[in-house]
Amino acid sequence: MKEEQDYIQDIAEMRSMMERSSRFLSLSGFAGIMAGIYALAGAFIVYKVFHFNPDQLAYDSQPEGLLPAGLLPVIFVALGVLVLAIGTAVILSSKKAHKRREKFWNSTTKRLVYHMAVPLVAGGLLVLILLAKGFIGLIAPCTLLFYGLALYNASKFTYEEVKSLGLINIVLGLTGCYFVQYGLLCWAIGFGLVHIIYGIYMHYRYER
Amino acid sequence: MKLLIDGLVKAFEHRTRLGIMSVLAVNDMLDFNSLKDYFDIGDGNLANHLKALEKEEYIGVKKTFIGKKPNTKYFMTKAGKRAFDHHLKTLELILKARKG
Repeated sequence: MKEEQDYIQDIAEMRSMMERSSRFLSLSGFAGIMAGIYALAGAFIVYKVFHFNPDQLAYDSQPEGLLPAGLLPVIFVALGVLVLAIGTAVILSSKKAHKRREKFWNSTTKRLVYHMAVPLVAGGLLVLILLAKGFIGLIAPCTLLFYGLALYNASKFTYEEVKSLGLINIVLGLTGCYFVQYGLLCWAIGFGLVHIIYGIYMHYRYER
Repeated sequence: MKLLIDGLVKAFEHRTRLGIMSVLAVNDMLDFNSLKDYFDIGDGNLANHLKALEKEEYIGVKKTFIGKKPNTKYFMTKAGKRAFDHHLKTLELILKARKG
């Protein structure tokens, strides 16, 4: 017969192994805060510097060429925000995984990435189509909508708070699609403010 | 299934084996290297534990190839799932009995 301590430890071990191997728990809260800051800076730059704030669904003043004039710098800023946010998330999460004495690229990471990738790639292709057809006003809200869907879909494989983060972004994305003039504002709230609040919450809840 | 005097499953007495079963309980199928990520032990050691569980028919093995490299995947059998559930339930019962 074993001691009571052994039984308790057995159960604890089972629970922790099941959780560790089914959920990606190295997601860094601080990375969320940083992503939010990049997004706010990006939204501010395109609004103030490039005066990007579409107030109608479609613009068809493009006799030649694929892109409406002035849109190229906005696309570059958006891609910059995306690369910085993903880069920061990867670096900080792999640091956190290392601290937890786990490999960053393990089976839970792969599963999380795979379940996010499907909605994200679909959304990315839709954004390219919208861009080509001149539906500029829908682009920012659509990125938000599909990002929300990706989070919702992936939330089974990471912290459960990600699910509500996804739902909030879906609502903001749909709101932005309807009230096109507030599309950029919704985008700044969803990718910026919500990320920062979420990151702070996760940091205090799980990383202290 | 072989049981110990306190009703626990004998094959899960070793904590690594219990760990392997826990991981396979929530993953459909995992290959050797993914499994190794969760344990702080050597290849031979882990292989021995896996073999022991396989002998009890609590886990199954599926051999495939990725290109030319052999790739062995492990999964929990129905008997394994039954034994695992039994083990967990027994642990909970023991602790409840001792508390009350």
